Amino acid sequence: MYHFNNSRSKKCKLKIMIKIDLKLFVTLSKYLPKDSGCLEIPEETTVEKLILDVGIPLEFVKLIFINGKRQDSNYRLKNNDRVGLFPPVGGG
Amino acid sequence: MATSKFEGRYDRNFNTLSLEEQKILGASEVAVIGLGGLGGGVCEMLARVGVGHLTLIDGDFFESSNLNRQLLSEEHLIGIPKAQAAKNRVNAINSEVIVKHLVEYVDESNLYERIKNADVVMDCLDAIDTRFMLQKTAQKASIPIVFGAIAGVTGQVTTIFPGDKGYELIYGQKSRKQSKGVETKTGNIAYCALFVAALQSSECLKILLDRGDILRNKLLIAELWTNTFDIMDLV
Repeated sequence: MYHFNNSRSKKCKLKIMIKIDLKLFVTLSKYLPKDSGCLEIPEETTVEKLILDVGIPLEFVKLIFINGKRQDSNYRLKNNDRVGLFPPVGGG
Repeated sequence: MATSKFEGRYDRNFNTLSLEEQKILGASEVAVIGLGGLGGGVCEMLARVGVGHLTLIDGDFFESSNLNRQLLSEEHLIGIPKAQAAKNRVNAINSEVIVKHLVEYVDESNLYERIKNADVVMDCLDAIDTRFMLQKTAQKASIPIVFGAIAGVTGQVTTIFPGDKGYELIYGQKSRKQSKGVETKTGNIAYCALFVAALQSSECLKILLDRGDILRNKLLIAELWTNTFDIMDLV
């Protein structure tokens, strides 16, 4: 579904694509495609859709940061957004 | 300080700290809740820097799986209460610190009484639902909380003042809370625990001395495989 850097699918040709930087923390890191955090996605994609499209069960994500600020999963992504996703961290 | 049995004990605190600030620390009381990977490091650092009164609470006893990271654990202390080991360690480092230790798990019935005189509460717990309870109680007592949490080589630190949303911003609504995080899958590595404990101790001092930048409504995140260190806005 998502494409790295300059690759585009026919399916997404008519949509305006944006680039985002995705960082997945702790146990979520295994869902990061091809060890690269730079993804090309359709403009206005919500974080919730992004999470589902990269294959992470929604309930695994506890904290969403966009450009260093906490956001909800209905945030609509913009070009060059930096996205960080955390599972719950509770150890002491 | 001048009255110390060990003249010069705090010499290397100066002049990062002033004599006046050292006295403030000596008169301060901090409650450390949870004496595992985070709490053990926090005890060590607060005792050395000169916080005068420590209340140390944990109902747990040491087991072998603690030895990989918990500063207070030693092979010959397996089966010993963590709170007892903490008291002994603080006494050995700095006998001028007045220590109250309690071998008990905190709950809604006992926590308020235990922390009500503290200037700061250090949340070094390992259960998310207990953290929510701690926040509720500390806010009732109008005491700031310094939060630390770890999983693997990832850590989080923030400071919560009375009236702040606190854990709701980190773990979501209380109704959706869960007891444990992903640390049940990742374990915890010693240097990450002590790194986060150091950041918590720093936050504690800044609150006590009303100095520096405090992580209020901000979450410091650290991920040590990638050397990611960042401060996120929670509101």
